[in-house]
Amino acid sequence: MIRFLLMVNRQGQTRLSRYYTDVELKLRQNLETEVVQRCLSRSKEQCSFVEYQDYKLVYRQYAALYIVVGVTDDENELSIFEMIHNFVEILDKYFSRVSELDIMFNLDRVHIILDEMIQNGHIVETNKSRILAPITAIDKICDG
Amino acid sequence: MSDVVEKTLTALPSLLSLDSQPGSAKLSSSSKLGALIRGITELTSKHEEEKLVQHELASLKDQVSSPNISMRQMKEAMVRAIYCEMLGYEASFSYIHAIKLAQQGSILDKRVGYLAVCLFLNENHELLLLLVNTVLKDLQSTNLIEVCMALTVVSQMFPKDMIPAILPLVEEKLNHSKEIIRRKAVLALYKFYLIAPNQVQHIHNKFRKALCDKDPGVMFASLHIYLQMIKDNPEGYKDLTASFVTILKQVVSGKLPMDFNYHSVPAPWLQIQLLRILSILGKNDQMSSEIMYDVLDESLKRAEINHNITYAILYECVKCIYTIYPNSDLLEKAAKCIGNFVISSKINLKYLGLKALTFVIQQDPKLALQHQMTIIECLDHPDIIIKRETLELLFRITNAQNVTVIVEKMLEFLHQSKDDHSTIDLVGKVAEIAEKYAPENKWFIETMNTVFSLGGDMIQPDIPNSFLKLLSEGFDSEEENQKLRLFAVDSYISLLEGEIKKLPQRFLQVISWVLGEYSHLRTDLDSARVITLLAKLLDMKQMSGETKTWVLMAMTKLCSGESSISIAQSVCDDYSSSMDTVLRQRAHELQLLSQDSALRGQLLTLHSGSEPLEVDSSLSFLDAFVSEALAAGAAPYKPPHQRQEELAQEKALSLEPYELSLPINMSSSSLTGRQSPTLMSVSSGLSGDSTELSLKGNTTILKLEGVKRVWGKEGYLSRKDPLEEVIQVENPSSPSQPTGTGGTPSDTPTPSATPEPEHGKQQLASSLFIGLGSQTSVFLMGKSDPTAQRIRRKVKTPNSSMAVTERGSVSSTSSAVDNLLCNNIPESANMVQEVTYETPPPYKTELDARLNEDLIDSTPSPVQSNGVETTSDKTESEITDKPRDECSSISLPAKLSGLPHSEVTSLCSNQTVELSACHVEKHDYVLLVIFISNSSDSDMENIHLQVISEQLEVSLLCESPLQDIAKHSMAVCQYLLNVRRPVVHFEVVGMLSYQTSSENQEVEFSYKLPLTSFVRPLEVSTEQYGTMWLAFSNDTKQNLALVTDGQDPLTDTLDLLKKKLGLHVVEIIGVEGIVACRLVQDQPCLLHCRVHGRTLAVWLRSPIPELPDCLLYHCQRVLEET
Repeated sequence: MIRFLLMVNRQGQTRLSRYYTDVELKLRQNLETEVVQRCLSRSKEQCSFVEYQDYKLVYRQYAALYIVVGVTDDENELSIFEMIHNFVEILDKYFSRVSELDIMFNLDRVHIILDEMIQNGHIVETNKSRILAPITAIDKICDG
Repeated sequence: MSDVVEKTLTALPSLLSLDSQPGSAKLSSSSKLGALIRGITELTSKHEEEKLVQHELASLKDQVSSPNISMRQMKEAMVRAIYCEMLGYEASFSYIHAIKLAQQGSILDKRVGYLAVCLFLNENHELLLLLVNTVLKDLQSTNLIEVCMALTVVSQMFPKDMIPAILPLVEEKLNHSKEIIRRKAVLALYKFYLIAPNQVQHIHNKFRKALCDKDPGVMFASLHIYLQMIKDNPEGYKDLTASFVTILKQVVSGKLPMDFNYHSVPAPWLQIQLLRILSILGKNDQMSSEIMYDVLDESLKRAEINHNITYAILYECVKCIYTIYPNSDLLEKAAKCIGNFVISSKINLKYLGLKALTFVIQQDPKLALQHQMTIIECLDHPDIIIKRETLELLFRITNAQNVTVIVEKMLEFLHQSKDDHSTIDLVGKVAEIAEKYAPENKWFIETMNTVFSLGGDMIQPDIPNSFLKLLSEGFDSEEENQKLRLFAVDSYISLLEGEIKKLPQRFLQVISWVLGEYSHLRTDLDSARVITLLAKLLDMKQMSGETKTWVLMAMTKLCSGESSISIAQSVCDDYSSSMDTVLRQRAHELQLLSQDSALRGQLLTLHSGSEPLEVDSSLSFLDAFVSEALAAGAAPYKPPHQRQEELAQEKALSLEPYELSLPINMSSSSLTGRQSPTLMSVSSGLSGDSTELSLKGNTTILKLEGVKRVWGKEGYLSRKDPLEEVIQVENPSSPSQPTGTGGTPSDTPTPSATPEPEHGKQQLASSLFIGLGSQTSVFLMGKSDPTAQRIRRKVKTPNSSMAVTERGSVSSTSSAVDNLLCNNIPESANMVQEVTYETPPPYKTELDARLNEDLIDSTPSPVQSNGVETTSDKTESEITDKPRDECSSISLPAKLSGLPHSEVTSLCSNQTVELSACHVEKHDYVLLVIFISNSSDSDMENIHLQVISEQLEVSLLCESPLQDIAKHSMAVCQYLLNVRRPVVHFEVVGMLSYQTSSENQEVEFSYKLPLTSFVRPLEVSTEQYGTMWLAFSNDTKQNLALVTDGQDPLTDTLDLLKKKLGLHVVEIIGVEGIVACRLVQDQPCLLHCRVHGRTLAVWLRSPIPELPDCLLYHCQRVLEET
């Protein structure tokens, strides 16, 4: 099960966070700092999975942006690793070459896309066009 | 070119308005959101961030509360609030506005409103109730986008109690023409299943429809529900195995539309989901597993593309193959696949390979041998995560011969590790294997010393506890015990003489206890010296009060002789006025006992042995005191949860409609009041309290029993053949022959360069994999751990789990007897008769009659003669039945046949024996009657029938357990069942073992009985009902279907419930009715029903947490059946 998904830049600033279990707001900040430290301290040669408390972090780096997913131990880490990439490919398709700024200025949209992919800590959809369908429909109405 | 134009055009409105568009990263500079984001990107310190966000929050607060804010501005404000919360600053003032936005906004604004609700609130937030109406409205909207949004939010969060309000609408969407709506409806139902499984129980067939949906997306969504349901109850869905296999087959062979592919792999996550479902279905089930073999083989073959996602599928496939009933061909392929993973140069793959290896190694330790050199390399891998995973693997293959090397590796890791969590975890593992496999005393004590020093005060408390328990209870040989204790004492004395500052508190507590208890064993050790050492501990600054208490207690035990007494006296002076009451008490104890040696001798006898102290955990000796206090007007005890509940009820707004609907109850109950000691609360104050305590006591006892205590001297003694193995194994690993140690040298990578470090590795390998070398056979089933078993001689009772269950059943029998006595049925143990009679049908009635007579004689209560007659009539008419249908012709003993009982059903049968059973509903309990009929030509001997249930208390009603059953005859056993924990269906499982012609045989069976068998009417007056209603804390609400064919739907419905479930209708007032029932053991449940249009709103309350939900399920079933 997926516990949370974070997007963090190299400076350790959170750009997006989504929790699928109840974590108190006060504790999130601390958790994010620790999680980021874990991931940033690792080199390219090391594997993309880190232990954190009683669960695993799966992370992937895109330029200056890290996407970190916290999962329970029974999860298949490699499939989560690829899910991250699928997510990024989808963002890339939607924003045509996504950048950190796109995510910052369209935080609501990124969340809406994420809502289509992951619910209750489970991957519920992976088909790119289907994930983008609702948000593009909304965009059309707003434009039109 | 046109692209560019289009982009510019789409970017235009965003520049003009406050809204941003896809692809455009710029917002108008006047936008507040833009300003915030710019502010955030320019942050340089935490302090600046706080200033910025506080400022932002203040301006937001002003903005959202202004009456002329437009929805578009509100949307922007919500995104800003999301930013603030993301940075960790609460913006709770905006929550209500998020709901308002979802209510009133148009499309994108509405979506952002819903999004903000999901991000801000948790599932129990009370504001969520305000969202229900909006969701309802949107679900009925003609705009598909709005329907979609509503379903998306529902599938993420929705108040549990309000599910019935929208359930029909969501169900309706399952038939929608658009796949996206169907898919989202399925996901919403999945959410409902997660938070309130009972509410969606009736739509299981619709899930099946979703599984067969023509759209793969809808089918994928339904798999989430199935995975969950199959996890909860694998037996219920075996019939779907073939369907899942077919689906997987189609996916694997690329039958899905192209857009489901990810990097040209067809729907990988769907495959993974299916493999997970299959592995649960195939576990311990040969039939189902055989259906899967083909498709698993296909999956392994198909995954030829070199991509991470295919590896992820392969990993899942391998796990599945090793979980289901084994197939040697598949196992071989899976093992090869793991091999490729582990030796891969891709680090992520190596990690996954190690993880898979750790998983499968429990089934097949030989695999570790094949990869031993890789494992050794991984142990020294620069990546700490890989190291950690390798240690996990080694932990699984530990045995008596390799334990020292593995523990050494683990401790090495512990010395480097800085992560608290992994330290705690690893320390626990070291302690576990050290205790299990330790080769000798010295090593064990030294290892535990390291464990305590490294684990520090984060160590799990059960490690020191079980260590001390091991020391005190010891093993079979007293001499060996003393040696171990002596060694511990020596080791601790030298520790205390050294650097004591670094020792953690927990360790000091262990040391104090051991010294206090066992330092007398070392006769040449002066107790004054030990006391001096202990007193030195007390002077340390960082000592916690708890540790000081331990030290003082140790001193109390040791204090004899003049010099020790004088040290003790000075210590007492220091602490007898301590602010810490426990410490003060210990100091006073020490003072008293050190002065009065006679008293001390009485209290603390040396060599007192290990007879366990009898502890009255129910504190029954205080009952007199309690009743006295109650009589004097003290308030009865209420358990904390009840107190909290009441407190919450007093504080919170009451949203419950009860007060309005039943004024009679309210007035009476408000008079008596919650606090007044009504009959109910007094009884719960006395007996309820003590049962709770005794339960608590039991669990502690059980927990201690459960702790593995398998380390023994035997590990040391049985070194004879391990030594042989060492020699055997070390030979091939000499440098001249650099292959692996096991029987499969070809699979081992054999780097011949750098012989020196290689040699070290080979040696390490031989010491690590030593225990595995001798086992060349593949273990298909079960965990094979022969070495562990050899050592496991330590346990005092040969089968501890048996011992526990036996004890459990003994106690429950006695409690059952108590129950019976209370109910004025002088039930002597011969209530259950072991009656035998011959099977040939012609004799049956006669024997039945004899059977009946026997029982009549033995049961003092008068038997209704009609009952007996009907039974005998019935059996007479069935005389001619063939033995196969025997179970239907078996009749109940006369005493029971008059009572409501279930049909006799066959449980299981083989050549020798047929088992059948039925249950009889008595006033205060349920009887399970098991018929064992020997249909073979030889006698059955040494019969042992064991019946247990997780949710029920099962006790045998029989004086002498049945031993033998002669050929072609039958025996009857009766078991008394009482509810331990309510569930919808109870399951009783049992095992019958017996001998026929000196062959041991076993049959297993299970018997299900519904909750309704335990439900009895509870006859209370309306006033009593009112009082009880307020006292109960666990409730459930649900709308049920009304019986509408008659004149008065409410009365008809309640009558039906009364008839089918045995409820008691207390009173019907207008459109409301109150109903009461109890489970056999006086566990009440109250129902309040109210007609609402065409449905019946039912509200259930009970002191038992699970009861309302379970009972509701049956009510629902009854009403649906009509």
